[in-house]
Amino acid sequence: MSILGNTKAKVETAAPAERGMTMPAPHAKTRAPGIPFILKKALLSALVALVLFSLMVGIRTEAGPTGQLIYWTRFGELASLVAAVFGGSIVIELLRQWLGPTGVADLVPTSVQNAFALAGRLVAPALLVFTLLVPVIFYNQRYILDLGILVLTYVMLGWGLNVVVGLAGLLDLGYVAFYAVGAYSYALLATNFGLSFWVCLPLAGFLASLWGVMLGFPVLRLRGDYLAIVTLAFGEIIRLVITNWQSLTGGPNGVSGIPRPTLFGIPLTAGDDGLAARLGIEYDPTQRIVFLFYVILALALLTNWVTIRLRRLPIGRAWEALREDEVACRALGINTTTTKLTAFATGALFGGFAGAFFATRQGFISPESFTFQESALVLAIVVLGGMGSQLGVALAALTMIGGFELFRGLEQYRMLVFGIAMVLLMIWRPRGLIGHRSPTVYLKRAQAISSDLVKEGHG
Amino acid sequence: MSGAPCILSVSELTMRFGGIVAVNNLSFDAERFKITALIGPNGAGKTTVFNCITGFYKPTGGTMRLAHGVGSSIALERLKDFRISQHAKVARTFQNIRLFPGMTALENLMVAQHNTLMLASGLTFLGLIGAPSWRAAETHAIDRAKWWLDRIGLLDRADDAAGNLPYGDQRRLEIARAMCTEPVLLCLDEPAAGLNTRESAALSELLLSIRADQGTSILLIEHDMSVVMEISDHVVVMDYGVKIAEGSPQQVRDDPKVIAAYLGADEQEAIAVMESTP
Amino acid sequence: MDYFAQQLVNGLVLGSIYGLIAIGYTMVYGIVGMINFAHGDIFMIGGFMALISFLVLVSFGLTAVPIVLLIVLLVSMAITALYGWTVERIAYRPLRHSFRLAPMLSAIGMSFVLSNYAQVAQGARVKPIPPIITGGYTLHEGASGFVVQLSNIQIVVVVTTVALLLIFTWLVARTRLGRDMRACEQDQTMAALLGVDVDRTISMTFVIGAALAAVAGMMYLLYYGLVDFYMGFVAGIKAFTAAVLGGIGSLPGAMLGGLAIGLIETLWSAYFSVEYKDVAAFSILIVVLIFLPTGLLGRPEVEKV
Repeated sequence: MSILGNTKAKVETAAPAERGMTMPAPHAKTRAPGIPFILKKALLSALVALVLFSLMVGIRTEAGPTGQLIYWTRFGELASLVAAVFGGSIVIELLRQWLGPTGVADLVPTSVQNAFALAGRLVAPALLVFTLLVPVIFYNQRYILDLGILVLTYVMLGWGLNVVVGLAGLLDLGYVAFYAVGAYSYALLATNFGLSFWVCLPLAGFLASLWGVMLGFPVLRLRGDYLAIVTLAFGEIIRLVITNWQSLTGGPNGVSGIPRPTLFGIPLTAGDDGLAARLGIEYDPTQRIVFLFYVILALALLTNWVTIRLRRLPIGRAWEALREDEVACRALGINTTTTKLTAFATGALFGGFAGAFFATRQGFISPESFTFQESALVLAIVVLGGMGSQLGVALAALTMIGGFELFRGLEQYRMLVFGIAMVLLMIWRPRGLIGHRSPTVYLKRAQAISSDLVKEGHG
Repeated sequence: MSGAPCILSVSELTMRFGGIVAVNNLSFDAERFKITALIGPNGAGKTTVFNCITGFYKPTGGTMRLAHGVGSSIALERLKDFRISQHAKVARTFQNIRLFPGMTALENLMVAQHNTLMLASGLTFLGLIGAPSWRAAETHAIDRAKWWLDRIGLLDRADDAAGNLPYGDQRRLEIARAMCTEPVLLCLDEPAAGLNTRESAALSELLLSIRADQGTSILLIEHDMSVVMEISDHVVVMDYGVKIAEGSPQQVRDDPKVIAAYLGADEQEAIAVMESTP
Repeated sequence: MDYFAQQLVNGLVLGSIYGLIAIGYTMVYGIVGMINFAHGDIFMIGGFMALISFLVLVSFGLTAVPIVLLIVLLVSMAITALYGWTVERIAYRPLRHSFRLAPMLSAIGMSFVLSNYAQVAQGARVKPIPPIITGGYTLHEGASGFVVQLSNIQIVVVVTTVALLLIFTWLVARTRLGRDMRACEQDQTMAALLGVDVDRTISMTFVIGAALAAVAGMMYLLYYGLVDFYMGFVAGIKAFTAAVLGGIGSLPGAMLGGLAIGLIETLWSAYFSVEYKDVAAFSILIVVLIFLPTGLLGRPEVEKV
C-alpha cells in the first residue's frame, strides 16, 4: 500500500447512455441554431458588459493632488474589454455546441483513458520520490526550493482541512485561525521563553487543537451555510484579536526574531557550533533551506500517514459516516458530538503544526498572513482535490500555489484570477480532480466509489 | 400484560408540535422475544412514536420503559439519542432508507460496530500503533459483518457502494446494519415498503429468523398487511394519534373500528358491511 | 444621557444601511437556500457606482443637489442591479442543482472577483468625497454643553430606507412577482408546475436585493464620505448577522436585525472600544446562531427524520 493511500485512480464510469449506447439523435434538435443565434447572444453579452464596465472601467477616479477626487476616462480599455466579451461569448457558444452536453470525456478514446488509469496508480509514488529528490536536483536554485517549501506548507494545510471538510463534511471557512494560533504560539513561546522549535511544535499543535475544540462546541448544532459562516466569523475574530491585542502579539507589527529550528540542538549557522562546522563541510546558506524543506516534508508526511491510519480506524469511519448521514449515525449509537469535536481538533492540530513551521520559516509573522483569503485558498485546494482524496489535495495544492507563482509580477490580478478560477472550477468540476473515494476495508477488492454517490456533508 | 415479560412499556406517551397533537396518551406493551406491529392509516402518528422511542423527538409527556438487565428498566425518554442505541440497545431503520451511500456494504456494517471497535482501539491510540488486540477485534468485527452479509445474501456484493445496490438489497442491508449493533429491541419503520411479493416473503423470513435466532424483540411499523398478518405476534392500531385497537393479528383484522379507520368510514357502516358479507 | 441619545440616533442610521443590505441576504436565502457571499461586495459596487456617477454629473456642471442625487440613485440602482443579475446568471444558476458546497465556493470566488475587480479598476486607495448634504437640526442642547444633533443626511438615509421598505413590502405582498417569490420560497417544484417562471423569479430576487444594496452603498457614501474596495467584506458579514438575528427569511426581521446591529456597534464603539467593534458584531453572530438559530422573527424548524 503506497503511503499516499490507495491510488487506484479509476476513471468515473459513465452512464450507459454515454458509453455510446444512445439512439441517434434526431437531426432537427441537435443541429445548432446557427450563426444568427450565436451573434445575438454575443451581442447581448457585449451589451451587458458595456453597462457593467461603463463606469468602473471607463472612468478612473483617484484622489487628486489637492485632496479632492478627480477622474479621467479609459474608453479605449472599455472598448477592448467589451470586444473581448463579445469574442469570448462567440467562442464559448461554439465550444458548447461542438463538445455537446456530454463534455470532454467523449473526446478521449477509451484506450487513452485506460492508459491514464494505469498511470494514475504510479502518480503518487512517483510524486513522492520526486519530492524527496527536489533539494538534490535543484540544490542551487533557491527560488525552486522556496517554492517547494511553500507548496508543501499548503499541502499540509490542505491535508489538515481535509479531515474536517473532506472526511467529516464540516464546512470550515475559518481554518486560518488554527494556522494563526499555531504560528503565534510558537512565536511567542520562542521569543518570550526561549523554547526551541521542537519543544514548541507539540505545544503549538495542542493549543491549536484546544481552539479547535472550543470552536467545535458552539457550532455542534449548526448545519451547512450557517456552520460555514460561523467558522468564518471565528477566523476573523482571531485575526482581529491578534491585530488589536498589541501588548501580547505586537499588533500589526507582528512578532519578529523568531528562531530557526535546530537539528537536535545543533543550529544550522555559519559559526563553529553550526552543523556545517561539525560535519567538516563548507557552510552554505542553502543548507538551512534544505533542512527546512525536509522538516515540512516530514510534517506533511506525518499528517498524511495519520490521516490514512485514522480513516481505517473507527474514528475515521465515524467521520465519513457523519458526512454521509448524521441521523443514521445517531441511530447507530455514535456520539456525533465527540465525533465532530475530534474532527475539529485533529484538523486544528495539523493546522497548528503548519503554523508553527510557517513562523519558524519566515522568522517573522504578522496578522496580514492570516486573512480570510487564506482560509478560502485552503478550502479551494481541498475541494479542487476532490474531498477526502489525499493525492488529489496534494495535486491541487501544487496546481494552485504553482499557478499563484506565475502571477508573481501581477499581484493585483492574482486574486482576481483566483476568484474567477474558483467560479469556473465549481461550474466545471464541483467534485474536484479526483472523482472517486476509496473504501477503507474490503473483502475481495477495493472498488473506487464514484463521487456522485458520496455525500458532501452538511456539517 | 400479565405474566409475560415486557421488553418495552409505553405509558401515556404524548407528543405535541405547537398546536398539533401527533400522539395522544398512547399506551402499549411490546413483549420480549415477540414481534409487535404498529399499524394505522397514514398520518396516524406511528413514525412519531418511533422517533420518540428512539430519541429523535423528546416526548411532551409519558414514559417509555425498556427492560434492561435483570429486573430493572431504563426510562428511554431521559436518554440522549445516541445513547438509546449505545446503552439501551434499541436499534432502528428508517422509512426512507438511510444507508451511507458513499460507503460499501461492508463499511456500513463496520460503522454499526463503532462503539465496540472504539473501545477495542483504545480510543484510537491502540489502533494507531497497530496493537494485536486491536487487530483481533477488527477481524472479529469483519467476521460479524460477513456473517450478516451472508445471511441477507449480499456477501458477494460486500465491496459495492451501498448507494449502488438495488432497492430491496438496500432495505435488507439497513436491517443487517441495525442488527450489527446487537440490539435487544429492533424498531423497523416500514421495512416492506416498495418490496414486491417475493421480496416481502424473504423479509418476513428474515425477521422471523432474527426473532428466533438472535432473540431480538421486534417492533415494526408496516402497511403491508400480508407481512403483518404473517409474522406479528401482537398488533397495536393507531389513528389520529390514539390507540384504537390492540390484540392478535386475527382480532385486529376483524375489528370494526380498525376497518372503519382504514376505510375512512364510520364504525357503524363498517359493522353493517361486515355483517352483510358472509 | 445626551451622549447616549446621540449614539442612539447614529446607531439607527447605521442600522438602516445594514438593514437594506440584510434584506438582500434574507431574500436570497429564503428562495434558494444559499448565503450569497458576494452580496456585501455588491453593496461595495453600489457605492462605487454612486461615487463615479456623482463625479461625472458634477463635472458636467449639474449643481442642483436633489436632481443630482436622484439621477445618481437611479443610475447606481440600475447598474448594480445588473451586476446582481449577472452574478446570479454566471455563478449560481448553473450550480442550482449541484451539491451544497459548490454554490458557496462559487459565491466566495465571486466575492473575490468583485472586490479585486474594484481594486484593479479603481486603485486600492480610499476614495473620499466632500459632504454633499450638509446641515442639520439640533435636537436637544444638554446642560454640559453637549448638543444632540440630527443631520440632514441622517434624515435622508432614514427617509429613503423607510420609503424603500414600504415599496418593497407592497411589492412582496401585493404584486404577482411577490407572490411568485413567496411560492418559490415554499416549494420550487410545485411553483414551476403551476406555471411560475422559477428562473426569472430567482433572478428578480437577486436583482431587487442588489438594487437595495446599491441604495445602501449610496447612503454609505453620502454618510461617511468615502468608499473603498474592501468595505463589502465586513459590512457583508454584519448585514448577514442582522439577517440571522432578525430571522432568516423574514423581511421585517432583516430590517429589525439591521437596526439592532447598528445600535450595538455604535454603542459598543462609544462606550467600550472602537478597535474591537467588529469583534462585537462577529460575536453576536455566533451567539445568535447558537442560542437563537431561528432569530427573533423566524420560524422554528423541526427536523424531519
